[in-house]
Amino acid sequence: MAEKKFRVVHYLNQFFAQIGGEEKANIPPLIREGAVGPGRVLQKILGEEGEVVATVVCGDGYFAENIEAAAERVVELASSYKPDVFVAGPAFNAGRYGVACGGSCSAVSEKLGIPVVTAMYEENPALDLYRKEVYIIPTADSARGMREAILKMATFVRKMGLGQEIGPPQEEGYFPRGLRVNQFVDRTGAERAVDMLLLKLKGEPFQTEYPMPTFERVPPSPAIRDLRSATIALVTSGGIVPSGNPDRIEAASASKFAEYSIAGVDDLTSDAYQTCHGGYDPVYANEDPDRVLPLDAARSLEKDGAIGKLYDLYYVTVGNATSVASAQKFGKAIAEKLKAADVDGVILTST
Amino acid sequence: MPVVHMASIVPISLTVGANRIVPTVAIPHPLGNPELAEDEERELRLSLVKKALRALQTEVEEQTVFEG
Repeated sequence: MAEKKFRVVHYLNQFFAQIGGEEKANIPPLIREGAVGPGRVLQKILGEEGEVVATVVCGDGYFAENIEAAAERVVELASSYKPDVFVAGPAFNAGRYGVACGGSCSAVSEKLGIPVVTAMYEENPALDLYRKEVYIIPTADSARGMREAILKMATFVRKMGLGQEIGPPQEEGYFPRGLRVNQFVDRTGAERAVDMLLLKLKGEPFQTEYPMPTFERVPPSPAIRDLRSATIALVTSGGIVPSGNPDRIEAASASKFAEYSIAGVDDLTSDAYQTCHGGYDPVYANEDPDRVLPLDAARSLEKDGAIGKLYDLYYVTVGNATSVASAQKFGKAIAEKLKAADVDGVILTST
Repeated sequence: MPVVHMASIVPISLTVGANRIVPTVAIPHPLGNPELAEDEERELRLSLVKKALRALQTEVEEQTVFEG
């Protein structure tokens, strides 16, 4: 049928390439002609349509300790065999191997512009590192699931090799990449929503078109015992910044947070402070920034002795279409700074 | 280190996992109300911040909204 076979390069670690165990985990990338180990099964399934022309092998330790250099070398080695598809693993639940599979797929996809696919267990830490850029197929947690994994990977490799489109994750069975793709449908959003609602009322399964992100839960911290000797810090996602927004925090999808001194400041006035938040009507906050960051009230409570001390710095970002990942990053960084400054409690205001 | 989230949209605060929540006035002015006279507005803000401080001094086992 196919006149010309599509060319596949396969990535394996030292163990599955049968070079050695942990004692060989430090070997740098090398290339073997043809299929090796699990690649032989892959070749069998691809049959006459595709050919595993080469196998790149690298030690897990080497890759994990030299991710960029190792990935670059994998790209070089693979490119000399002019592959149409690059496939890595399966890595199961092996963390370093998962990073190697994801990292080499990501680099090959970027540098060579060819389709890539790998496979690993859902709890492999590399999943979240690479799922956005690489098709990752779920596998069992150990090599007992090899046969099934290779079968699924072969289906992907074949589709990719023949230039067929990869459908959405619920049809194709890879880990969702968190991408939204435009598509034409026959029924309006209202009709689809009512269908979903009816299924929900009947207690039948339905598929949301907009899954909500999941948020981490943090156990509550113990209460402050003596407020009169406590240092309290102010933090806001409401975008209150010194006039002119000196650090240029974005009005939406903020990429940063900032810290500013409020030492000696008793009141946030409209000439010295403003909001840079693009997600609400700024009139009221610009008129009196204390309406978002209540410095005047906090300062008067400090003067009354109700709180020991108001911390000299406040932290601000803009919570407007800001990704959960960015928000978590800012939150962790701010918490570390406050902890290092022996702050006892935080008032966080949001608009 | 306890944190009190002063937020106008309590369901969002609950969704993102805040443990101590004090509901506030409105999205564009959570800690103020431009319809009030200046000293009344200051009083309102002071009472909300006091409520937040009470939340920081209260032991909680789960997500708690400090109403009233």
